[in-house]
Amino acid sequence: MAKVILQGVSKFYGKVQAVKKIDLEIIDKEFLVLVGPSGCGKSSSLRMIAGLEEIDEGVIKIGDKEINNLEPRERNVSMVFQNYALYPHMTVEENLGFSLKIAGLAKKEIEERVHEAAGILDITEFLQRKPSQLSGGQRQRVAMGRAIVRRPDVFLFDEPLSNLDAKLRNQMRTEIKRLHQKVSTTIVYVTHDQVEAMTLADRIVIMKDGIIEQIGTPLDLFERPATKFVATFIGSPSMNMIKASIIKNNDQLSMKTNDGIIVPVPKDKQNSVSEGQNISFGFRAEDIVPLKFGQKPSSAWEMQSSVNLAEPLGTETLIFTNFGEIEIVSRMFTPEQVKSNDLLDFALNLDRTYLFDENSGLAI
Amino acid sequence: MNKKQINNILIWFSAIVLIILIMTPGLWVVLTAFRPQVDVMAKPAVWIPRNLNLIQFETMLFGGSEGSMGRSPIPVLSYLRNSLIISFTSTFIAVLVGTIGGYGFARHNFKHKNKYFLLIMLTRTIPGISLSLPIFIIFSKIGLIDTHIGIILVFVALNIPFTIWLTDGFFRQIPRAMSEVAMTDGCTKLQAFWHIELPLSRSGIASAGIFAFLISWNEYALVSNLARSTDSKTLTVGLMDFTAQFTINWPGMCALAVFIIIPALILTFMVQKHLVTGLTFGGVKG
Repeated sequence: MAKVILQGVSKFYGKVQAVKKIDLEIIDKEFLVLVGPSGCGKSSSLRMIAGLEEIDEGVIKIGDKEINNLEPRERNVSMVFQNYALYPHMTVEENLGFSLKIAGLAKKEIEERVHEAAGILDITEFLQRKPSQLSGGQRQRVAMGRAIVRRPDVFLFDEPLSNLDAKLRNQMRTEIKRLHQKVSTTIVYVTHDQVEAMTLADRIVIMKDGIIEQIGTPLDLFERPATKFVATFIGSPSMNMIKASIIKNNDQLSMKTNDGIIVPVPKDKQNSVSEGQNISFGFRAEDIVPLKFGQKPSSAWEMQSSVNLAEPLGTETLIFTNFGEIEIVSRMFTPEQVKSNDLLDFALNLDRTYLFDENSGLAI
Repeated sequence: MNKKQINNILIWFSAIVLIILIMTPGLWVVLTAFRPQVDVMAKPAVWIPRNLNLIQFETMLFGGSEGSMGRSPIPVLSYLRNSLIISFTSTFIAVLVGTIGGYGFARHNFKHKNKYFLLIMLTRTIPGISLSLPIFIIFSKIGLIDTHIGIILVFVALNIPFTIWLTDGFFRQIPRAMSEVAMTDGCTKLQAFWHIELPLSRSGIASAGIFAFLISWNEYALVSNLARSTDSKTLTVGLMDFTAQFTINWPGMCALAVFIIIPALILTFMVQKHLVTGLTFGGVKG
């Protein structure tokens, strides 16, 4: 059990700096998810913790010990890879016991610990099989078993679910969460899937272009995105985002879109913006309500627009419509039939409208 | 007859012609080994053998003089010993060095890697025979003519590039994550190689070994220059012992040729499983 600390850590590949002086403290027994688009430096960061990549700059500590110059085997971490990387020439039992055999443990203890891990992951019946005789989900479980059998200080997961089909992915996601509760070890988990990040994490670290955009609990990131990138990255469907500039309109500040649509600046933001400032304003699909099928928010701005497309998903329906020239999406929770070209009144909830400075990308 | 049947007949016909083309010389060698010299030399040719015997083999192995045209028997067992020592030793060294080289090329990045690789492969474009004179001159100066070591050295040099090329390909097929996982599992780099990557590439290494062995076992031109006596002459070079000033003992030569082919065949059968199965991956996706 241990905390993991990254101080000013950088990684270069030739002249490209993949990770740019990041600072991060992972608390003992925390489930921390590194998430971001491909090439954001999340995997490099994980591999530096594992010792599979050199740390070009900065310090990484596990517990209180600096591990920069330790070999992977000396760090007491276990890694689960995207492609499982099970040893194909060994049975499941041998796969699980390999690290213990290398460590020189007695046969009997190896057997005990392998069976314990197999029990936790429900793979006891496959112990004598070769990896090629297992299904994707079973292989994934063996890979996790191989990691827990060592009782490491830290688990590292590198996109472990991205090779599985959607149904299995959901199932394994739950199992990973359950595993964390059972073994309560620090976990660093890398994924590009924000749903995985939201559902699994105690805290999420959002990375982009080698820097950390924001660190916080899933709801923190959802409710209080620090940057425009975080706002659009977290949440499904993605937050609607519209460019505008601040103008003065009847003694109050308003946002004028490129199409000339004028929306008042929310009351609590009136003092935070200035005339002429270029901004983007964003709102989630559930915060633009078709009035016919939903409740009007207390602080609303209304518009009328026709439906481009409706996607009924059972409990909810996504309505694609236009905001000026830009297509936005609205979510309604009543099972009503909406058809293309229906003309609907929408109300935008101004209290839940986010403003971002266009130059810095930071939330206002 | 429809088009498909005609196609089938054509395919079978060409396959049979091809097989006959490939097999006939080999069959003729085997057949000649069991026939008397008169039959072999007969004009017009006797296609269907009238009588077969084992005289040539008896003479070769047990030194009988009957029917061996009065010539002293050839020291086949010495040649066999030389062939075995030279082929196995050179194969072992070439595979050992070549595998390490292949692993290096597959797993590590260094400056001008591709150029080095190309350079090593380019050494194989030089016809071996064109090297025989320079090798002869160098070897005669340092006293390696007619020694096992000298010939082994030549074969090692010939076989390493090919082994590097072959094993490099096999190591590349093994996902890097395999050794990375082993390293987080507590292995040193060497242990990861030994326990994981080496067993996974054994088909490749076996193939490389077979090819290296066959090249060493069958080589004639270079060795014929470097080997002078029973101290180092190999079986293939020994074939020339059957030629005299005016005659060639064809059945004897063919008998030795058959004797040369057999171990190579046995070895190939033994390891062919590795040649055909390839890697059976279940450890990674797919």
